[in-house]
Amino acid sequence: MSLAGMPRALRRTVATAMSWLRAVSGDDAYDRYLTHHARAHQGPPLSRPAFYREREERKWSGITRCC
Amino acid sequence: MNKIAGVLLAVVGAVALAGIALHRQEPINALWIITAAVCIYALGYRFYGAWVAARVLSVDPSRATPAERYDNGRDFVPTHRWIVFGHHFAAIAGPGPLVGPTLAAQFGYLPGTLWILAGSVLGGCVQDMTILLLSTRRDGRSLGQMAREELGPLGGYAALIGTLLIMILLIAVLGLVVVNAMKNSAWSTATVFATVPVAILVGLHMRHLRPGRILEGSALGVALVLLAVWGGGWVDAHPLLRGMFDWSSLPLAGFVIGYGWIAAILPVWLLLAPRDYLSTFLKLGTVALLAVAILLLHPQIKMPALTQFVDGHGPLFGGKIFPFVFITIACGAVSGFHALVASGTTPKLIASEADVRLIGYGSMMLESFVAIMAIIAATLLDPGVYFAINTGAGVVGSTAAAAVQTISSWGFPVTVPQMQALAHQMGEATLFARTGGAPSLAVGMASIFGNTFGRGLLSVWYHFAIMFEAVFILSTLDAGTRVGRFMLQDLLGHLYAPLGRTSWYPSVLLSSTIVVAGWGYFLYVGVIDPNGGVNILWPLFGIANQMLAAIALSVATGILVKSGRARHAWVTLGPLAWLAIVTTVAAWQKLVSPDAHIGLLAAARALAGQLAAGTLPAPAAAVAPQLIFNQRLDAWLTGLFLAILWLVILDTARLCLRKLRGLPLPASSEAPYRTARLQPPGLTSQLPQGEGGT
Repeated sequence: MSLAGMPRALRRTVATAMSWLRAVSGDDAYDRYLTHHARAHQGPPLSRPAFYREREERKWSGITRCC
Repeated sequence: MNKIAGVLLAVVGAVALAGIALHRQEPINALWIITAAVCIYALGYRFYGAWVAARVLSVDPSRATPAERYDNGRDFVPTHRWIVFGHHFAAIAGPGPLVGPTLAAQFGYLPGTLWILAGSVLGGCVQDMTILLLSTRRDGRSLGQMAREELGPLGGYAALIGTLLIMILLIAVLGLVVVNAMKNSAWSTATVFATVPVAILVGLHMRHLRPGRILEGSALGVALVLLAVWGGGWVDAHPLLRGMFDWSSLPLAGFVIGYGWIAAILPVWLLLAPRDYLSTFLKLGTVALLAVAILLLHPQIKMPALTQFVDGHGPLFGGKIFPFVFITIACGAVSGFHALVASGTTPKLIASEADVRLIGYGSMMLESFVAIMAIIAATLLDPGVYFAINTGAGVVGSTAAAAVQTISSWGFPVTVPQMQALAHQMGEATLFARTGGAPSLAVGMASIFGNTFGRGLLSVWYHFAIMFEAVFILSTLDAGTRVGRFMLQDLLGHLYAPLGRTSWYPSVLLSSTIVVAGWGYFLYVGVIDPNGGVNILWPLFGIANQMLAAIALSVATGILVKSGRARHAWVTLGPLAWLAIVTTVAAWQKLVSPDAHIGLLAAARALAGQLAAGTLPAPAAAVAPQLIFNQRLDAWLTGLFLAILWLVILDTARLCLRKLRGLPLPASSEAPYRTARLQPPGLTSQLPQGEGGT
């Protein structure tokens, strides 16, 4: 997405909204996991597909939706 | 400065509320309701919510949360509070606050609105925030685990059985809502059916082509689903295709049951997960769009403040305003279900206890606001139209002429040409007797969107609204079936250990079939009921939901008293007492009322009498034995809910008495204090050098 040409404040708002959306949807979950892994663990991290596979299994085995 | 703002809010809120309450003769503008709501939420959040958080719950930002202590980059992840807010709101927001207020509008706009506001600020928000904090202090334990550990085994079993039953009732009633929205409507059916292959496509995309690119996959899915709304119109206009999607409710119920079973046993990534992503996006987007449209349009409310149906003879469901307005609104004011989400997933993301008010109290406020929008959408319709859409043929007669005559005789004039013109505008053959709330909400939403963004597209807006409701009803249906399956496997595992293994295929098949058969039965009976079925199922679900809320509030009250905060326990005890009264009175009336319109057993007796006397017409006589059986079964269920409710309350009372007498109590499961050292997490993720990237 090209953000050049937008006023600075608008650009920042759009960027914040996008990062919120990425975070809420789980789009950036793997990036967050890599950050965590680099900080806290040794050895190779899970691959992106393996990470999402595990994440989906976990997410949909508990109550995540309501009436 | 804060005080001045507070006083100003109080004054504006009071003026708006007074305006709503005193405006009796002429129609009132929706803006009054919105203003009152926003002021009450702001006051509730700023003062009551803050006070409860600080003084009663002793929220302590210096205390490390489980997300910090167990940070594993997977389920325990300290997360920015607005992101957790989004997650939590998306999880608690379901079809309940859309359907409940729509049905409760039969009493007029006032009772529902007042309870949505008062019930959320004093009850629902407090419940959600309290359970969220208690679970956060206990490493994210679930409500059932907290009930077992803090109250005792009785509380634990009650919570487990209550949760499983409410899940089954919820899925059944939601399935019924979708079926009623799709019946004999090729456009709706084609659009809703198309969402299944769309979800599968998105699932394949996110699994194999671009793993984990959730935004990209969801954007693709949303675009395809919008295309399906338009495509449904094309199907509807095509004589051959139209016939292929024009189904009556019984086969549609069969499709929904089959869908639920298949979705429960397929791997999650293929159908469940992508559908859930789609529904979350549509939900957040449509709620935001609706809020903007209502503000821009600020429509007049046409429903009177109170209708004559407060006396208990409402056509949508029987029962007086007390206690049934509270039972019907349910999720928009206090929802026991939220306690299940507030314990478990969300607490593992909370970075600081200071965020609990925004996430617990704030999300419920927004949920309550969704309920306010639903009541506005229902009451801006001409009351005659509202009743014509929402009343079953068994109540008003099966022909259009009979229906308009009955409804007009109640003092809500409506004509056949008016209904035909409306149906034509919405792209439907008929809108009569589309019970369940979804179609009337869709008509309301279509007129809001149509009048705000251009009237030419009314039929597209109507089917967009139907699709929006169906998508997240179906995602509650398949996710709920799966969770029900896990709970059942957990229970069955006690009988025969291999049945408890969640990945053992025979156990998966058996438990999924049992769960689907459970809700499928209620859905089937609802479909064959000439009164529409919702009139029986929704109050039953409401009673179950409020019972679950009472269990959650009992757990909260018990913990407050145990931890020496009895002085402040009224914060949860108050809503608990109110819910106990409301639920008990409602359940009692459902059991013993001699009025066949309200009492389940009375209705079964009346129907059995008619059947024996041979006064029923042939089609009604054919289904009567099943309806009679079902009404008796529902009565047993109601009795069971009542028993569970009082067992838990008495168990909590016993615990509190022991505390007051200084007798030994079950140990607290609160995790020991550790000082928080975490920097507040940002909105964006910081990538390590040279890895990952987007």
